[in-house]
Amino acid sequence: MEQELKVQQKREVENSRESTIPARSFIPPTDVFENEQSLIVVMEVPGIQRDQVDVRVENNVLTVEGRLDQSKYNGLQPVYTEYNIGNYARSFQLSSQIDQNGIKAELTDGVMTLTLPKAETAKARRIKINQ
Amino acid sequence: MLYNDPFSALSALQRALESRISSGWMSTGTSGAGGYPPINIFQQGDDYVAIIELPGIDRSKLNIEAKGNTVRLHGSKTPDLPKEASVHRRERSFGAFDRIISLPVPINVEQIRAEYRDGILALSLPPAESAKPRTIKIS
Repeated sequence: MEQELKVQQKREVENSRESTIPARSFIPPTDVFENEQSLIVVMEVPGIQRDQVDVRVENNVLTVEGRLDQSKYNGLQPVYTEYNIGNYARSFQLSSQIDQNGIKAELTDGVMTLTLPKAETAKARRIKINQ
Repeated sequence: MLYNDPFSALSALQRALESRISSGWMSTGTSGAGGYPPINIFQQGDDYVAIIELPGIDRSKLNIEAKGNTVRLHGSKTPDLPKEASVHRRERSFGAFDRIISLPVPINVEQIRAEYRDGILALSLPPAESAKPRTIKIS
């Protein structure tokens, strides 16, 4: 028997840095997995298109930002609403060294899958002893 | 409503959505507010447009049925977990859902259009001919 799905209330981004645009941003529900080769981050960002996503790793912090194209809502008058919409933003402190050039991102049906390959240094952990 | 300024547009849209949160408009539905998936309903001319967030749904597991003034959405969201991986964090939820959208007017069932893109299901729900306003001439 399958469990019944419940609505997850959207959590708003609480950031110390304030955005210049006075719009609200939300935190995408995220699953994170790890296998031998990589970290796998799966995020739900419904409504975000491929070219509106920014993924980067700086100082071991993974930051994902998705900008919503609100032009689709032009001419639509809300009569009944249960959720709000907005940009998505989220950052993670990474526990392993990541090979930046090898990051792969896929976006299908509002679900983004990031594959972050571990850097060779993180995999091997080989320590050289200087003479 | 017009959203001309790209910088205030999103903010204005968010306020407009906020102001209609759980308005009594759909209160007669059998599964009211709080059910999955979350639904927003808009008016566009004579038509209603339901915009539903359903990320990561297999199209073959999503069923849409319409009758009278109701549209039923049911299906399931199944996890696609990577093999041989350890879990750091699980926040996404999976399972079965069944919801009925109940409009205050009968729908032209033949003319409903459904589009699923970027994890968003958009249903265009035109009212039945009988529900459209008629201009009354004064004799």
